[in-house]
Amino acid sequence: MGNSFSEIKYEVKSNAAWITLNRPDAFNSFTPEMIKEVTSALKRANRDQDVRAVVITGEGRAFCAGQDIKTVDENTDYSGLLRNYYHPMVKALEAVTKPTIAAVNGVAAGAGMSLALATDFRIVHEKSSFVSAFMGIGLIPDSGFIYNLPRMIGYTKALEIATLDKQISGEEAKELGLATELVALDDWAEEVEKFVDRLANLPTAAFSLIKRYMMDSMHNPLDPLLEQEAQAQQTAALTADHKEGLQAFIEKRKPVFTGK
Amino acid sequence: MTNYEHIHVFQEGSIGVIQLNRPEYMNALNRKIVAEVVTQLEKFDADDSIRVSIVKGSERTFAAGADIEEMMNESTLSFELADPFSDWDRFLSIKKPVIAMVTGFALGGGFELALHCDFIFATENAHFGFPEVNLGVMPGAGGTQLLPRIIGKRKAMEWIMLGGHMTAKEADRLGIVNHLVAPERIEDETMRFAKRLANQPPIALRLIKEAVNRGEDIPLREGLLLERKNFYIAFDSKDQKEGMKAFVEKRKPSFKGE
Repeated sequence: MGNSFSEIKYEVKSNAAWITLNRPDAFNSFTPEMIKEVTSALKRANRDQDVRAVVITGEGRAFCAGQDIKTVDENTDYSGLLRNYYHPMVKALEAVTKPTIAAVNGVAAGAGMSLALATDFRIVHEKSSFVSAFMGIGLIPDSGFIYNLPRMIGYTKALEIATLDKQISGEEAKELGLATELVALDDWAEEVEKFVDRLANLPTAAFSLIKRYMMDSMHNPLDPLLEQEAQAQQTAALTADHKEGLQAFIEKRKPVFTGK
Repeated sequence: MTNYEHIHVFQEGSIGVIQLNRPEYMNALNRKIVAEVVTQLEKFDADDSIRVSIVKGSERTFAAGADIEEMMNESTLSFELADPFSDWDRFLSIKKPVIAMVTGFALGGGFELALHCDFIFATENAHFGFPEVNLGVMPGAGGTQLLPRIIGKRKAMEWIMLGGHMTAKEADRLGIVNHLVAPERIEDETMRFAKRLANQPPIALRLIKEAVNRGEDIPLREGLLLERKNFYIAFDSKDQKEGMKAFVEKRKPSFKGE
């Protein structure tokens, strides 16, 4: 695959696309170029029929330290930065129909935390951490942080995290329900691969239908959601994976889903 | 059926389907395709076996605007003499219900075509918009008249002047679409709705369509009078007898359009 990226790495293996933020000396902090690369990698992964899960992780000790603070000052046009760079990235991530996973290999700070919050699943180890850090410099959490966090862990906890800049450890993240898996640092690489592998072998079409409507359900009334469910169920029922699931159940074996 | 260059025509039960078919131009509307659509709708109107029409595009595009190449060398006088929008006027005289099934893009003339229909079913990934202003012109087939009637003057002004793309969700919120449907289900759900409409009493639907559409353009008092007369006219139909008889007999009515 032609790899035209300079600040991230992109590879596809075992039906999963791996996007690795690759500025380890700067704790993988965001530059405009890196944000554009992540955005384009997400679009590529979403188009690629062979990709059934998308992982975002960081090279080195950090996951992502957020916006590179050296590149901003009080004259920065933050609205423009968000509208032109961060928002396209967050929207591209939201538009991925397959499972998205943040493998939070270290600190996820500021917009790095926002990015992790915008994925479907987070996997952490005991040395991983999340911190908003925006209030520390007199700013507000952005890139969907304020939208995503209260939906994930409830309003009170979200407000606390957004306003008090408390560092959340891997263990706390697991307790809060922010992280799906907490694994030992020593087993990090293989545990992440195992988790990703599991997601890359789900009935992908059914997954994407659930994802499509579950977020809507957070702000839609029951009636339209029931109608969407009825329609989506019919779509799922027509997949090869549904046929395989039924067949495997009858034959008392584990189903092998192909995402078709 | 008639030989058309730019549309396909199907019939499924009592539903007539017109599919725009200029895929190499993303179904951009030229004069011919509009004339073909309207001509076919008139045929459906005259065909007793049809009760409802559906206008649809291809899987990824309903219709992306007008044919710019056809238009770029026009002048004021060439337009005046050719009167290229007159086919659209005939659309207003269509009596039977027309459903637009919007998959993908409905831009410019494509959006106007959808707005001319009585109902819009759209996929969740559909986009609407009037990009004409970005080419230094403006909508010419009803955009400035139809959109404000649906979403109000202020919102319409903003969308038509800025020429942006409206997401299906936004269009739904503004009341432009009747139902948003997943792309995988749009065909089935639109057809299911068309069949429900097709079981309704055709004469009542015709009278309702006239009352609603004309009511938008006339003073309330005139509109109420028109409604009253149409209400009276309904009593001249067998469907009225059947409908009321079935109600009294506690059974489902069967409407014949007579």
